[in-house]
Amino acid sequence: MTALPASTPKKLGLAIDLDICVGCHACVINCKEWNTSNYGAPLGDQDAYGANPVGTFLNRIHTFEVKAPEQPAQTVHFPKSCLHCEDAPCVTVCPTGASYKRAEDGIVLVNESDCIGCGLCAWACPYGARELDAQEGVMKKCTLCVDRIYNENLPEEDREPACVRTCPANARHFGDFADPESNVSKMSAERGGLVLMEDQDTKPVNRYLPPRPKADIQTDGDIDILAPFLEPVADTPKGLLGWLDKALEAI
Amino acid sequence: MNHHQPDLDTSPEVSDEIRKTTCYMCACRCGINVHMKDGKVKYIEGNRDHPINKGVLCAKGSAGIMQHYSPARLKAPMKRVGERGEGKFEEISWDEAYEIATKWLKPLREKAPEKLAFFTGRDQSQSLTSMWAQNFGTPNYAAHGGFCSVNMAAAGIYTMGGAFWEFGAPDWERTKMFMIFGVAEDHDSNPIKMGLSKLKERGAKIVGVNPVRSGYNAIADEWVGITPGTDGLFVLSMIHVLLKAGKVDLEYLMRYTNAPMLVNMDPASDEHGLLLRDAKGEFMVADRKTGKPVSATKKGVKPAFTGEVTHKGTKYTPVFQLMTEKYLSEDYAPEAVAERCGISAETIRRLAAELAHTAFEEEIVLDQPWTDWRGVKHDKMIGRPVSFHGMRGISAHSNGFQTCRAIHLLQIILGSVEVPGGYRFKPPYPKSVDIHPTPHSMVTPGGPLNGPHLGFPRGPEDLALDATGKPIRIDKAFTWENPMSAHGMMHMVISNAHAGDPYKIDTLFMYMANMSWNSSMNSRGVMDMLTDKNEDGGYVIPHIIYSDAYSSEMVAYADLIFPDTTYLERHDCISLLDRPISEPEAMCDSIRWPVVEPDRDVRGFQTVVIQLGAKLGLPGFVDENGDALYKDYADYMVNHQRRPGVGPLAGWRGKDGSGSGRGEPNPEQLDKYIENGGFYMDHIPEDAMFFKPWNKAYQDWAVERGLFDKPSPYLFNLYVEPMAKFRLAAEGKGDIQPPEHLREQLLTCMDPFPTWWQPFEEQGVNCDEYPLHALTQRPAAMYHSWGSQNAWLRQIHGTNPLYVSGDVFEKHGFNEGDWAYLTSHHGKIKVPVVRMDALNPKTVWTWNAIGKRKGAWALDENAPEATKGFLLNHLIHELLPPKGDGLRWSNSDPITGQAAWYDLRVKIEKAPAEDQVSQPSMPAQTSPVGQGPKDIAYGEEF
Amino acid sequence: MHPAPSVIIFTCISGLGFGLLTFLGLNFPDVSGWTAFWFFFIAFGLAVGGLVSSTFHLGNPQRAWKAFSQWRTSWLSREGVFAVLALMVMGLYALLVIFFDTKIAPLGWLGAALSLITAICTSMIYGQMKTVPRWNMSSTPVLYVMYSLAGGALLAGQMTAALVLIVFLTGFQIYAWMQGDKRFDEAGHTIESATGLGNLGKVRLLESPHSGENYLTKEMIHKIGRKHAMKLRIISALFLGVLPIFVMTFMEVHHIGAAVLVISHMIGLFISRWLFFAEAEHVVGLYYDKR
Repeated sequence: MTALPASTPKKLGLAIDLDICVGCHACVINCKEWNTSNYGAPLGDQDAYGANPVGTFLNRIHTFEVKAPEQPAQTVHFPKSCLHCEDAPCVTVCPTGASYKRAEDGIVLVNESDCIGCGLCAWACPYGARELDAQEGVMKKCTLCVDRIYNENLPEEDREPACVRTCPANARHFGDFADPESNVSKMSAERGGLVLMEDQDTKPVNRYLPPRPKADIQTDGDIDILAPFLEPVADTPKGLLGWLDKALEAI
Repeated sequence: MNHHQPDLDTSPEVSDEIRKTTCYMCACRCGINVHMKDGKVKYIEGNRDHPINKGVLCAKGSAGIMQHYSPARLKAPMKRVGERGEGKFEEISWDEAYEIATKWLKPLREKAPEKLAFFTGRDQSQSLTSMWAQNFGTPNYAAHGGFCSVNMAAAGIYTMGGAFWEFGAPDWERTKMFMIFGVAEDHDSNPIKMGLSKLKERGAKIVGVNPVRSGYNAIADEWVGITPGTDGLFVLSMIHVLLKAGKVDLEYLMRYTNAPMLVNMDPASDEHGLLLRDAKGEFMVADRKTGKPVSATKKGVKPAFTGEVTHKGTKYTPVFQLMTEKYLSEDYAPEAVAERCGISAETIRRLAAELAHTAFEEEIVLDQPWTDWRGVKHDKMIGRPVSFHGMRGISAHSNGFQTCRAIHLLQIILGSVEVPGGYRFKPPYPKSVDIHPTPHSMVTPGGPLNGPHLGFPRGPEDLALDATGKPIRIDKAFTWENPMSAHGMMHMVISNAHAGDPYKIDTLFMYMANMSWNSSMNSRGVMDMLTDKNEDGGYVIPHIIYSDAYSSEMVAYADLIFPDTTYLERHDCISLLDRPISEPEAMCDSIRWPVVEPDRDVRGFQTVVIQLGAKLGLPGFVDENGDALYKDYADYMVNHQRRPGVGPLAGWRGKDGSGSGRGEPNPEQLDKYIENGGFYMDHIPEDAMFFKPWNKAYQDWAVERGLFDKPSPYLFNLYVEPMAKFRLAAEGKGDIQPPEHLREQLLTCMDPFPTWWQPFEEQGVNCDEYPLHALTQRPAAMYHSWGSQNAWLRQIHGTNPLYVSGDVFEKHGFNEGDWAYLTSHHGKIKVPVVRMDALNPKTVWTWNAIGKRKGAWALDENAPEATKGFLLNHLIHELLPPKGDGLRWSNSDPITGQAAWYDLRVKIEKAPAEDQVSQPSMPAQTSPVGQGPKDIAYGEEF
Repeated sequence: MHPAPSVIIFTCISGLGFGLLTFLGLNFPDVSGWTAFWFFFIAFGLAVGGLVSSTFHLGNPQRAWKAFSQWRTSWLSREGVFAVLALMVMGLYALLVIFFDTKIAPLGWLGAALSLITAICTSMIYGQMKTVPRWNMSSTPVLYVMYSLAGGALLAGQMTAALVLIVFLTGFQIYAWMQGDKRFDEAGHTIESATGLGNLGKVRLLESPHSGENYLTKEMIHKIGRKHAMKLRIISALFLGVLPIFVMTFMEVHHIGAAVLVISHMIGLFISRWLFFAEAEHVVGLYYDKR
């Protein structure tokens, strides 16, 4: 049903670390690979080898450039998938009840056998987390790998979303945001996890850990701290070699 | 209101079976779990137990399904029926294919083996292919290292017996400051990503030195947006600052390097520039007490680093003093180099200070006793937690060898190699240059070459020159133009063969190298050379044999095609004899095995080499009766022995499978590998984990495992004596003399100390006319040209804009969606431009190898790769612009011959968008495999 | 937003249809027999035709019946439910009028109310979208209802009502356009706020996730239409209001004149509805740096 559960005991989601994401697209493709042959319909690719290839992906990485005046620009890789919002507008707009938020863990899913492919949920999502598969005519979205995280056919250590398991930079963390002691809650608290588009009132579960400050941006003052380390030991090469002899004797 | 939700099976069956093998979506060689369902590949994930990737897998690896089922796969052997380059073929049987090849090759072997040029691309079976070529007898063999990594490999081996690239790694667990130079997603990408993540967790500092702030540089704590080709100058300036401040690890230098060795300072001496040795050939040092030269190995000797000693009337100075004098020159002062490097003097000083601070004030002490090769016991391991890594951005310049040496020098004076927190080698490295082979090139028709082709020359006597001084090799490797071309020079083969310089060849045999497209400089010129005909109507290069798994641009230029398998259908060994998957803490190797049987008439190239070798009756491939020694590659992997007891695979050797590294062949070896997840790993003992070149426990361990046959400790070379030997020849000493026109270049470039010169193309063109540097970087989600046939990956990078710095973008009045002409001294291309501010202002760049030829890779002729994608290769020539001396100067490093891809200088101007098609636009090739299907929905069947 | 023809046709003609039904339910014009048949035929044709057209953009129209289930939360579901109710009530009403010459006024009023509610539901599908600030304002339902009523009045031949409604509609449409132009900025969405990176500086997209298009960029990012928006608005206003008002005020309207009026108004309606989509910017465009 398209009504949202009043609250969920668990709030499963991802903490995505923008400070370490190198933008390698591993999560994008591994997600596609897992999901095209698991939950629901495959993720199709139209004109796959043609002039305008377009496929369905549940996770995409944007690359932004950020620049403050008089400072070098920085590059930020920004993975984006469903944020499993507490107040998910994509769920309530659904006319058939295909979109729903799981009462037990808060995962937002599409029951594809009820989906008419009207696309309204995608319109309602501010994050671009939903894509209508052109071949199957049903709405696809991140399932948080609901068919992995509880899957007893997988070894316990593999019961996490495919994107998390595959991320080479360990930039993606999976956990329960309802539990303040969980890895993701702590990480988010420590690093000031960002809520995307807070003004849309969607209450997303996923958090983005912001990039840490860069040393080449606003560097004033750094040099002084370490300057003593470069105090020349002598002013001339000859003097230096003299210093060297003494230093060697000390060994 | 009540909430309803459907019942969901959260424990669906994942697969019928998991088969563990090795990835080959790039050269990283990660372990993969291939999930099989109903005989098809359902899902590929990283193998958690694997030493390389420990479970993770990149975009390429995760897209393996699309590569395995690619519509561009070749289906059967083919012979050309149209004109070369057209792409018209007829499928033939393997028998016929072998017959044709044998008909061409057999007479060559009998009469003139050098008329076969056999060059392989990105495969990693060089220990097999080189043995084949050696037994065929041609001197013309190499892999693609000459246009890829040789500057790094050679600089590393000559300096410290091990290199960057994937042959070593920072101590990710302990290092506190890490500097990466010119590193994009090249080799070792998953280990680097995992490592960077570890550093971030520990709060270690990452400094990215790269003109482009992408990928690793994007997440670095500090980005140094250096001007291309000036890294050496930047590093030498930091060395200047550190030396001046006395921030060097003298004890390390004294114990583990040739810093105290004595250099002959007499210009008149026949040994000018060489190191002083005693009668037994041992290096000598100046005793600090007596001031007299004594053997460096003498017990209790305290060597001097400074001063001048006279021995038998000749003056000698320690290496360290010469080095100090050289780098204390104000030419290397930060202020002197800042503008050229595009880095402020303050930044250079601060980074040097941070390195010094981290190395010396934050030293690491491990409570781990160890014994050095002199027998001295140490109760602790002292580490300097600064580490460095470098890749193509350093390697692909005409000053790359010396730049890479400069980085090694910096590492060494900080005492940070093979120590806790520093940079460490992966077995079989560290391995002194002294126990590496020298090059061999002596041809005997009908018989094998006199030794392995490739190696590390120790002096002019190792050059591949005939008695008249003419190059013996078709690529002119190991000649005075590039004496230390340790990987050969694949990029010169087609050009030289076409020019008949130094001679004409009959058959060009290549594997997995897209030479008619993105793997060549001057791609269009190469296409012409491959299709050029003699007056008699025959092709200038009469026969071309090519092996590839896919319908690449090069396929159309071959006369005979051996279709290779995909990586999931083949046997392979990632061998300690070649480029293994070892880690600094373990010796490792691995295999590939057919987790899926081919559904086409294709064979793994290595099997083809073995079968062809048998048909040609090559030694090593047939027994005394002329019968084939090995059925296929799998057979060879198990049963071939390079030295008694040492073969391609190190694991489970010996009858009972208990041998590690050594032991007779074990028929169950491959089963053991498969059982173990496709790899073998043997951990280095705790006391042997660091200081490996000098660590007795490591040396003994390595000998036991067959990495070498006797303990081979050695010293790091601040001063590379073989270079001094070449320089000595250039000074006119010795019998083997360089041509006059090269003397000056040799005197400058063969500096035994790292040095810097302006990249050659910059020297040759008017930099005011061509004010910009142009580069490519490999994207994380693509490997060479392979990715474009991959339905998933090509959606990420279907086009490659030219990224232009904000300055240039505004100066030329560009707007979003604009196009530009990019012109070099050699060519002009039309490309789409995009603004990027996080970019060195004098640099433009693009992603590598996205542009495709129409008709190739089973893509639509209007694929964006062909219409909007482009290659910079059209702007790069294998020769430098003429200098007016009538000579041909190659666009490569003068020491190693490494192709100087990144020396490219260009100018940019706004172009009319018109049809929005990049130029040049080549006519389409006929696709020998047709075109891929319209829509796909992989996974429907599961 | 992508101006999909099926959605434009649906909202336009079903709006007109339900507008006409509203008037017919209120007994304007007071008709019976064959005349009534043709009026109802046109009204049902438009309303049902519009609904059928709306299924063309569904991925799985065979399951469209499931869309009646979520009326508690979903405006789209409500629209379906009310449309069916309106059609049923007005069908019964029409049956009685045409074949039994019986007018049960309360039934007509109920039908009229349901028809109007249907138009409101349609409008709220768009009006509720916080993600599309241009839609997410109170003028959206007002505008949809006015379009429905003005067109309905015109089709019902209620010239006085039509004149008044069209005058108001045209004025309100111009007001809505102007308000809409400010909405995105007023909502405060920027690429900096969307990414949360604003504290680091000015943000721009360097590389799109994929080099080609995807569902999101095709469906929700439509920049081309906005280029010609001003011209199209003028044309729309001319056909929608100015021309019909001129004709109704200064000319005697006969059958042909009425046809011209209706066609002119519909042209204006279609253009304005096309602009309603084409000009609407979805916040997801921020992640693609496309505004």
